[in-house]
Amino acid sequence: MKVEPFVTADGRTIGDVMMEMRNITLRFGGVVAIKDISFDIREGEIRAIIGPNGAGKSSMLNVISGFYHPQEGEVWYHGARRPSMRPYQVARQGIARTFQNIALFDGMSVLDNIMTGRLNHMSSSFLDQAIWWGKAQREEVEHRAKAEEIIDFLEIQAIRKTPVGRLPYGLKKRVELARALVAEPKLLLLDEPMAGMNVEEKEDMSRFILDVNDEFGTTIALIEHDMGVVMDLSDRVVVMDYGKKIGDGTPDEVRGNQEVIDAYLGVSHD
Amino acid sequence: MPEQLVFAMEVTLNGLMTGVMYSLVALGFVLIYKASGIFNYAQGVMALFAAMTLVGIQEGRVPFAALINAIFGTGIHEFGWQVPALLAILLTVAVMIGFAWLVQKVIFKHLVGQDPIILFMATIGLAYLLEGVSDLMWGSEIRTLDVGLPQGINEAIDLTTFNWFGYGFFIDNLDIVATIVAAILVAGLVAYAQYTKQGRAMRAVADDHQAALSVGISLNFVWILVWSLAGFVALVAGIMWGAKSGVQFSLSLIALKALPVLMLGGFTSIPGAIVGGLIIGVGEALFEFSVGPMIGGATENWFAYVLALLFLVFRPQGLFGEKIIERV
Repeated sequence: MKVEPFVTADGRTIGDVMMEMRNITLRFGGVVAIKDISFDIREGEIRAIIGPNGAGKSSMLNVISGFYHPQEGEVWYHGARRPSMRPYQVARQGIARTFQNIALFDGMSVLDNIMTGRLNHMSSSFLDQAIWWGKAQREEVEHRAKAEEIIDFLEIQAIRKTPVGRLPYGLKKRVELARALVAEPKLLLLDEPMAGMNVEEKEDMSRFILDVNDEFGTTIALIEHDMGVVMDLSDRVVVMDYGKKIGDGTPDEVRGNQEVIDAYLGVSHD
Repeated sequence: MPEQLVFAMEVTLNGLMTGVMYSLVALGFVLIYKASGIFNYAQGVMALFAAMTLVGIQEGRVPFAALINAIFGTGIHEFGWQVPALLAILLTVAVMIGFAWLVQKVIFKHLVGQDPIILFMATIGLAYLLEGVSDLMWGSEIRTLDVGLPQGINEAIDLTTFNWFGYGFFIDNLDIVATIVAAILVAGLVAYAQYTKQGRAMRAVADDHQAALSVGISLNFVWILVWSLAGFVALVAGIMWGAKSGVQFSLSLIALKALPVLMLGGFTSIPGAIVGGLIIGVGEALFEFSVGPMIGGATENWFAYVLALLFLVFRPQGLFGEKIIERV
C-alpha cells in the first residue's frame, strides 16, 4: 500500500506499508488480551511495541506470527488480506521470529539450529534428500555458506559446534536471532530480545539489531521493556496498556504523550 | 578349546542375532517417541498388520473378502494372481504410508498438546482397532510368509567352525539376513535424520514444537513422515519375524519384548535400541545357558524384564537416553 513516506530522526526514509493490523481483538475465554487495535508496520523500519507487563504485547506478536488467531480484525500483508494461517505458513511467507523465553533446539548444535532456519529455502525433493545426491548435496553447501555468513555477522564462530543446551543465556538469545536471520526474512519479530541481559550484552544486541536493519534492510518489529533501548533503536513506537493502544508515533511523540506517562508512572488519585 | 566355551560362543552368536530382531521392533518405538513424545503401543500390531498385508497382497487375496461376501452373498476370496515379492513389498509400503496419513489425520492431529498418558491411551485404542482391521481385511489364519529370504542352517559357518573347534555352529541364514538388514536400516535412518532436510525437521520437531513452527516446519507433515518410517520399520520387523515363526497374532506380542530393550537403550536413542537389543539377546541366551539348568530353565521368559528393572533403578534414562534433569 502506498502511503506518505516519512523521514526518521537519523535521516532515513521509511517506505510503504508492509503489514497492517486492522481492528484486532483477541480474547482468551472471558479475558480480552487485545482490544480493537490497529497499527501498521512499514518497509524498512524498526517498529517497537511497548507497554507495562500484561499489556498484550506478546499476544500481538503471536497474532502476527500466526500462533494466535484473533476473533475480530484483519491482518494485511503486502497489500493483501491474510487468511487465517498456521505459524509454519506464516514463516514461509518470510516472517521470522524469536521468543521471549527462547525456543531453540537444545539437543542440536548451534550450526544445526541455524540450519533449520534454511529449511524453507531448500527445494530438493524428498527422493533427492533420501539418496543424498546431486541437488541435495549442492543445496547443503549453498545453505551452509549462508549460515556461516550469519554466524560471522553475529560473531558466534567459536560456538558453532556447541550443543545449544550448554550455552549461557545471552548467547542463546544470539543463536535464536541467527536462526531467524538465516531465513532471510522480510519481517523480523523480536520478543524481548534483551530481556535478562547485562548492559554490555544489551549494547551488543542493540548493535546487531541496527546492523540487521541497516545492512540487510530487514523490517523489524520488537517488544522491549528497556525504555532507553527502545527510544534509541526504534523509528516508531506503539504503546499498549491493558490490551488497548494508548500511543503511536515516533519515540519523541510517544515520550510526550500524557496517557503513556500515566501508564508507566501511574496516576495519582487525589 | 574347552567344550563349554565353544558352546558359549555359539550361544552368544545366536543371542546377538535374536537381539537384532528385538532391536528391529524397538526401532519403531524410538522413531515415534523421539519425534512426537508418543509411546506407540500399536507398534507390534503394526508389524503384524504389515506382514499380513504383505502376505495378502503376495497371494492375491481380496481384502475384506469375508465382509464383502457376508454383505453381498458372494463367494470371492482370491483374485487368482500372484504378486512378485518385491512389488508386494512396495505396495505394502504404500499401504503403511496411507495408514500413517490416516492415523495422523483422524487421531493425533486432534490430540496435539495433550498429556503423554492421553496419547498413550490413544495408541492402545489404535492397537486394538488395527488388530480388528487386520483380521477383517485378511482373516485370522496363520500364514506363511515367503519373500525368498534364505532359511535354514548356514553350511559355510557350520563347516568352518567344525574344522576349527570340532563342533559345527548352528546359525540360521535368516538371522544373518536380519542382521545385515538391521544394520543397513539403522545406518540409513541415522544418516537420514542427521543429514537430510526432512531429518533435520524431524529432529527439530522432536526438540521443540514452538520453535519448529517458527522456522516454518509443518508438524503434521513431520508426524506423517515419522509414522510412515515407523510403519516401514514395522514391515521389516514383520517380514523377519513372520519368516521366522509365521504370520499370526502372536507376532504383535513381540512388542512386549521391545520394552526391556527400550529401557536398556533409552527411549530416545536409535543406537540405543540396537545396543539394548543386542545386550538383551545375548544376556538372555547366556543366562539360560549358564544359570538356566540350575534353576529349572525357561529363564528367557523373564530375564529381559528383570534386567530392565535393574536399569530402571540405577539408570532410568537407559544407556543412551537423554539425561533427565529437573531444574529448580
